[in-house]
Amino acid sequence: MGKIFKYSLYDLIRSRWSYIYFIFFAVSTTSLLYLSSDLSRAIVSLMNIVLLLCPLIGTMFGVMYYYNSREFTELLLAQPIKRNSIFLGQYLGLAVSLSISFVLGMGIPFLFYGAIGSSELLSFLTLIFVGVALTFIFIGLAYIIALKNENRIKGFGIAIVLWLFMAVIYDGLFLLSLFAFEDYPLDKFSLGVILFNPIDLCRILVMLKLDISALLGYTGAIFNKFFGTSLGMIIATSCAMAWVAIPAFSIAWISKKKDF
Amino acid sequence: MIKVNQLKKSFGKNEVLKGVDLEISEPGIFAVLGPNGSGKTTIIKSILGMVLPDGGDILIHNRSIKGESDYRKQIDYLPQIARFPENLKVEELIRMVKDIRGQEGDEKSLIEIFELEPFLKRRLRNLSGGTRQKVNLVLCFMFDNDIIILDEPTVGLDPIALIRLKELISSERDKGKTIIITTHIMDVVEELADTIVFLLEGKIYFKGSLKDMYEITNEVKLERSIAKILQKNKEKQTLENVAL
Repeated sequence: MGKIFKYSLYDLIRSRWSYIYFIFFAVSTTSLLYLSSDLSRAIVSLMNIVLLLCPLIGTMFGVMYYYNSREFTELLLAQPIKRNSIFLGQYLGLAVSLSISFVLGMGIPFLFYGAIGSSELLSFLTLIFVGVALTFIFIGLAYIIALKNENRIKGFGIAIVLWLFMAVIYDGLFLLSLFAFEDYPLDKFSLGVILFNPIDLCRILVMLKLDISALLGYTGAIFNKFFGTSLGMIIATSCAMAWVAIPAFSIAWISKKKDF
Repeated sequence: MIKVNQLKKSFGKNEVLKGVDLEISEPGIFAVLGPNGSGKTTIIKSILGMVLPDGGDILIHNRSIKGESDYRKQIDYLPQIARFPENLKVEELIRMVKDIRGQEGDEKSLIEIFELEPFLKRRLRNLSGGTRQKVNLVLCFMFDNDIIILDEPTVGLDPIALIRLKELISSERDKGKTIIITTHIMDVVEELADTIVFLLEGKIYFKGSLKDMYEITNEVKLERSIAKILQKNKEKQTLENVAL
């Protein structure tokens, strides 16, 4: 796995998309920092970008990278290495290269702004963690979709719908169901619902850290009430980690049984 | 060397291999031929472990390949489509494949044969299809293993490269290697192949020398004898359908 990871990463960090992604985050972080002139407000604005964009770019790049390297993967499959190492190596290579662009793109402006030593350092680190986690999660999910679909157009379609569902539709459905069942106690139901959407999970994680109750929303408030801030953060973090691990295991599992 | 026992494989409802038996025990050039969809690529991919058979067994040097990956050290493979990581340079790709295989390769003479010297420092995304195929050939032939599998090796090559490739394949045979080729270019087969393996509807229809094939079909050109086999088969099927 190490070798495939090494070469995938080496290939990808020289791709122009890595630079575009890096520059995008660097520019938006810099402008938000200097325009809002308040760290925690800038972090909230950035959070909204991260929560939408990291999953979208992860999904798109995941599907695209799999289909683009399809033929080279066949060459690799004919080499004396295990399938696991090929697919997990490629997945990690892509996830790490996008994460590097993201972390540098957001981190460098923050360093210049003087984030170290400021009271919001931990919030900023939470935001970075959330962005990296979402990148890993959605690349993993995209890889599963691509492995399951030989047809590129179909694969792309499903991937886009997945993103749309998680980022937009899920919340709408959730609100509708709260509205429809308002006569019933919904605390536990909403807690469960949140754990099944990594984007919501990550939003709550940042909100809990920032401790802005006005922005927590209904579910965040329940989460906070139910677990308290620190236990809530531990649970949200471990759920996010599970969201990273489960797709990764699935990639290994699916690739083992697939014909190429 | 390679032994295939009752190999079966279906993709959904499509039964591609219906119990293929094939034994390749001597060195030489084996051309796997057959109409589109007859299972050529599926057999090759099964030998390489890319397609997982539904039934049957494949032995390489008397050892079953089921669940193994190390046996692929003994096989050099040329995939049909030459596409590589776009941002790597040619020399980096060569180094990468050697590193992954954990084998020493001799690429120098091959780079000379296919005149790739000027491209070594170029990124792969900037190469033409023919040049990429030459890189593909280098990656396959630079290792010195006794089984070589070539899937459509002539795609996109100019006449000079084609001649050099044929010379290369013959010289590898003279070293006592076993070479399995699939191709649609009949000239290549007529010029090189020692044994023809003809697949039809998921089974091996014929295995023998070119001469035997000409004798059976009463023809002197490979193209025509294949056409004759296919035609006969079609007539047989129609007859069977009528009888039913």
